[in-house]
Amino acid sequence: MISLILRRLGFLMLIIWSASTIIFFIPRLSSVNPVRERFAELSRLTGYAPDDLEKIVQSFNKQFGLDLPLWQQYIDYLGNVITLDFGYSLNRYPTTVVELIAQSLPWTIGLILFATILSFIIGNLLGAVAAWPRAPRWLRNTALPFVLLMGVPPVLVGVLLLFFVGFQLKFLPLGGAYSIGLLPEMSWSFALDLLRHQILPALSLVLGSIGGWVLTMRGMGITIQGEDYVNFAEHKGLSGHRIFFDYYLRNAMLPQVTAFGLALGTVVTSAIIVEGLFALPGVGTVLINAIRANDFPVIYGIVLFITISIAVIMTLLEFLYPLLDPRINNE
Amino acid sequence: MNSIVANAKKLNSSPAKSNKVDRSAFPILDVKNLEVTYFTDAGRAVALDDVSFSLKAGEKLGIVGESGSGKSTLALAMMRMIKSPGRIESGKVIVGGDDLIELSPEEMRQARLQKISYIPQGAMNSLNPVIRIGAQMVDAVRAHMPDESKSEVYDRCINSLRSVDLPASVFKMHPHELSGGMKQRVCIAIGILLQPQVIIADEPTSALDVVTQRQVMETIDKVQKQINAAVILIGHDMGLMAQFVDKVAVMYAGRLVEVCTVREMFTDPKHPYSKALINCLPNLKNKGVFQGIPGLAPSLLRLPGGCAFNPRCESVMDICKTQRPEVATLDGGRVVTCHKFTGEA
Repeated sequence: MISLILRRLGFLMLIIWSASTIIFFIPRLSSVNPVRERFAELSRLTGYAPDDLEKIVQSFNKQFGLDLPLWQQYIDYLGNVITLDFGYSLNRYPTTVVELIAQSLPWTIGLILFATILSFIIGNLLGAVAAWPRAPRWLRNTALPFVLLMGVPPVLVGVLLLFFVGFQLKFLPLGGAYSIGLLPEMSWSFALDLLRHQILPALSLVLGSIGGWVLTMRGMGITIQGEDYVNFAEHKGLSGHRIFFDYYLRNAMLPQVTAFGLALGTVVTSAIIVEGLFALPGVGTVLINAIRANDFPVIYGIVLFITISIAVIMTLLEFLYPLLDPRINNE
Repeated sequence: MNSIVANAKKLNSSPAKSNKVDRSAFPILDVKNLEVTYFTDAGRAVALDDVSFSLKAGEKLGIVGESGSGKSTLALAMMRMIKSPGRIESGKVIVGGDDLIELSPEEMRQARLQKISYIPQGAMNSLNPVIRIGAQMVDAVRAHMPDESKSEVYDRCINSLRSVDLPASVFKMHPHELSGGMKQRVCIAIGILLQPQVIIADEPTSALDVVTQRQVMETIDKVQKQINAAVILIGHDMGLMAQFVDKVAVMYAGRLVEVCTVREMFTDPKHPYSKALINCLPNLKNKGVFQGIPGLAPSLLRLPGGCAFNPRCESVMDICKTQRPEVATLDGGRVVTCHKFTGEA
């Protein structure tokens, strides 16, 4: 068991190392110097170009360590990764990357992780019911509209929701994390306002993603409901819900847990789209802004942070498997 | 083991069953005119046609027949586990005085395992792979006796495991840690948890080697004696049947063509199909010769007119091709469904 944990952790380290190496080298293949780019943009905006721009660029390069040889930068970078120090944002200097992530992450986790888990639960239950011959017909068909919605991109669902529910009916706010004029505080009214702002983005994420879970779970369910142990459970005289949850759903769920780990990888893409659409201050928004501004350290930081998070979650899932399925051994 | 017997006594002495009449004289299981139909795209298939038989407590009946003759359908019909597109059209399954077919779904759920239990065909896959054996046994008891205390349930499970010669440690194990024979015995242990009056074992030894087959059959034999249940053993191994059952029923195309004692079956089979089956058994006299029954079992969708066996029958008569033979009871309670014997009844 100990050796298994060590092996898994070692593997985790390997993933983090290779991810950080790739993330380090890819942007450096570009010929763009972010510092010069930033000053060029400033001078374009202000119409003032200092004569000694090159000097300023040089001095910033020195400050950010961009003048060192590549291998030296790489070594420093690895050291920083280990200490979770991703440096300063070029665009929003002197804010550090870690600060930026820390500010935006709660929004992303609160909304997108929640929505992913919600659609996982709803989709799997609906899919399981859809394949369960003893469920009433109307309940089995509940999943159908979600399967249809699967073909609609979340952006479109979001826009439609915004237009009808937000703009025409004015039931819910159009965007932002909370109403303009409010300050974040620990109060019921603020929490309520916050929640109202999250409903539409969450819906646009959940509605489109339930269908996928429904289809995979339904396929799995059809296999499992014909298994001998489900039949034998009925021969034993177990009650319907007992057979459904303990004998049928638990076995059909096993591959879905793996799929859940993989689905977390798409959280970022969803975040960029939905957070952009609803003007939410999450990681996706920060990332897209950083990409627009060639803000390398922030891009590194966020991409690396997400890679590490997913690698960690997958490792945790791997430790979870033996608990879910005793046949998966700890050897 | 002792407590199983004690429990069985307790069960027998419960008020509902304490009438002092010798119960062994009356049939504990009475199946009457059971008919099951499958509605398929290709048409209506009668899988069980007018099946009747009865069993006394402690009796063992073996049901033999080719694949598709309706053996498993009979077992499922008795458990009321026929799934769509199949349906029980008519008939009665009377266990200890109650007709199972008349029960409400909830009453039927209660009756399963408590009155009539089923030991499944594919023991390899009949246990939930992600739950411990113990939990699966406790589940079964709890579904019927929600008020029994934890320790009573536990004792009941351990006793049941002991009576099928499994160590108590199996309680804490997962199915994949057991061998095929052990899994089958776990299924038997589950089947006898609540001392049912009738046990149906549907090919309990399929996919097991002969040594394990013997162990499993002896286990069934032993637990049956402990709880004095009527046992229905389904299979196609005549040799195995001969060693364990009292009565044999032969099925062909959804009908019981002959029901008699094992001795009668092996010494003097009446129905031409039973005769052919017995002749198929290898013996030392005609060593090296493979005996079979010519032709194939008919499809239930296109049964031959008259007697379903007539195209393969050695002693076929004209009437066999036109008229369906009725069930005839011969001397000594033998039942034969054949035109050769209808006059004698």
